[in-house]
Amino acid sequence: MMIPDVIFYIFATALVLASLMVVVVRNPVHAALYLILAFFTSACIWILLEAEFLALTLVLVYVGAVMVLFLFVVMMLDINLAPLREGYVKALPVGLGVAAVMFAELALILGPNRFGLQTTPAPSAHDPGYSNTKELGRILYTQYVYPFEIAAVILLVAIVAAIALTMRARRQTKYVRPEMQVNVKREDRLRIVKVDSERRWR
Amino acid sequence: MIETIQSVWVGIPPALQVVLWTLVKILALVLPLMVVVAYLTLAERKVIGYIQIRIGPNRVGPRGLLQPIADAFKLIMKEMIIPSSANRFLFLLAPLIALAPALAAWAVVPMSEGLVLSNIDASLLYILAMTSMGVYGIIIAGWASNSKYSFLGAMRSAAQIVSYEIAMGFALVGVLMAAHSLNLSSIVDAQQGGFLNWFWLPLFPLFLVYFIAGVAETNRAPFDVAEGESEIVAGFHVEYSGMTFGIFMLAEYINMVLVAILTSILFLGGWLSPLDGIPWIEDWMGGPSIFWLLGKAAFFLFMYLWMRATFPRYRYDQIMRLGWKVFIPITIVWLLVVGVLVMGRVGPWFD
Amino acid sequence: MLENYVPILIFLVLGVLFGVVPLLANFVLGPHKPDAEKLSPYECGFEAFEDSRMKFDVRFYLVAILFIIFDLEIAFLFPWAVVLDEIGMFGFMAMVVFLLVLVIGFIYEWKKGALEWE
Repeated sequence: MMIPDVIFYIFATALVLASLMVVVVRNPVHAALYLILAFFTSACIWILLEAEFLALTLVLVYVGAVMVLFLFVVMMLDINLAPLREGYVKALPVGLGVAAVMFAELALILGPNRFGLQTTPAPSAHDPGYSNTKELGRILYTQYVYPFEIAAVILLVAIVAAIALTMRARRQTKYVRPEMQVNVKREDRLRIVKVDSERRWR
Repeated sequence: MIETIQSVWVGIPPALQVVLWTLVKILALVLPLMVVVAYLTLAERKVIGYIQIRIGPNRVGPRGLLQPIADAFKLIMKEMIIPSSANRFLFLLAPLIALAPALAAWAVVPMSEGLVLSNIDASLLYILAMTSMGVYGIIIAGWASNSKYSFLGAMRSAAQIVSYEIAMGFALVGVLMAAHSLNLSSIVDAQQGGFLNWFWLPLFPLFLVYFIAGVAETNRAPFDVAEGESEIVAGFHVEYSGMTFGIFMLAEYINMVLVAILTSILFLGGWLSPLDGIPWIEDWMGGPSIFWLLGKAAFFLFMYLWMRATFPRYRYDQIMRLGWKVFIPITIVWLLVVGVLVMGRVGPWFD
Repeated sequence: MLENYVPILIFLVLGVLFGVVPLLANFVLGPHKPDAEKLSPYECGFEAFEDSRMKFDVRFYLVAILFIIFDLEIAFLFPWAVVLDEIGMFGFMAMVVFLLVLVIGFIYEWKKGALEWE
């Protein structure tokens, strides 16, 4: 066995175990942390597939950004899990049915007809000067320009939705504008009033 | 003697040889880095001392030169307290998560022409990915301690770090546009030709934004609200003691040195000499070398200390305002300017 | 390309070890005299009241969501920046349109006050 194979199996095992733990552990914070581990190990596997840019972006976006939000939510919402578990037995048949359908669908798509070494062979090693990022850039902004612009619109929708869902107009506190604070001159705040000294009382 | 070593070395299987040789190279990088970090703490106390007309530490060793070593021993000999209500495993894991990415980012940092541990093509993206993982050390520490102060501090610094990461990322895009490469060595090569050809000039706003965002990313003064001692004591590491605390400090200082080195590489020509192109001084001063890089980085480290001694701490709303409302618009506008310059091939930087 | 990542893998493992060794040294060399007061969470001398894991202002979530969006934007900008000289005017304009759409979003959040902290 080659060394990359050994490394692949180590990471693959870690990935499968981490993903299992995500659904098995009870504490939601621990589950989120296992999910981070799962993303990180899949990034390592992508590097083995020579997808350098995608692997690093996976770490940057999913590990560095998406999971921060997940952790914020599970840490700060302080969800009480007991009431969520109450309907477990009642929902079990429906859940099992949905799971079975999804599993069958996945098996159809991910079956040996479409995947496997014959249809998608392992990428060959590239020469040292090869730049995965440049290769992507050359086609992303020319050949795939429509999906690229649609991505911009989706991100715009995400911004608007996030704000519409979370913003509440509350202005209870008084906000000081720093630039006005800095630009204040003496004349704006200080008024010197000449007061005549009082006449002596006779 | 040498022959026996050679014969043993040849006897080792080649894969193990690679691993051992890499280990030697990593140690050759990390040990000097540790010395730099140790003496950076001393420099910090000395510089701030002199700025405040004191002399700083001067008891341990001549002129206080052994102070960092004494500090390290003190930290190791202290009791390691794990609060009873804390999550023990995560509590101990947090400092490791803070330290490991901070160290691993150094794997792709070139110190001089060809002097780099791993010359991957997307090294800048790799550094950004690694440093973005540092925030987990803080979040996990704050949550695992199960204390109000550390939780508050952790949330504040996490929100601050992610806000400034955006400005930092945009500033990096400007460098990439100018250099046409993600590789740090190629970025330095693209700046060849003397002081005025370095990227600080065409990318001046991005240069400032990058360094200031770097200060905010490392949670240093004047952006150290997480550690605002007058309101939430030490922030996310209030429950940490002994070496668990020491490792957070270590990671923070390693990140400081990393930001200083990166600013020098990206905007100030890295190991290139500022005297390039001046007829005979060029030969006399010896051209590009690692010492130029270290000198530039030392300047930025001094800036860190100088800022800490000079500026009052920002208020939290001011920090968020600076990151979102000032830095992001500046960087977006300047990216468009750089784009036009690149498309128009304006020299001497973009031809 | 893969051989370049071998040192990084070793470095990551070693990075963890660099943290574990001082922790172990501290554990072995340091004293262990726990008592209930010392191990209780620090609250400036008060007894700890309430759970420390409290609910938080929704702004923190909003910052995290906006951060994800802008982080994605940066991920899209990176490959564009390195090939800008090769993709020509068309590629440049493609990114200008992309940025314009997102600047609209940025202006929206600004006007809505999503960036205000008080």
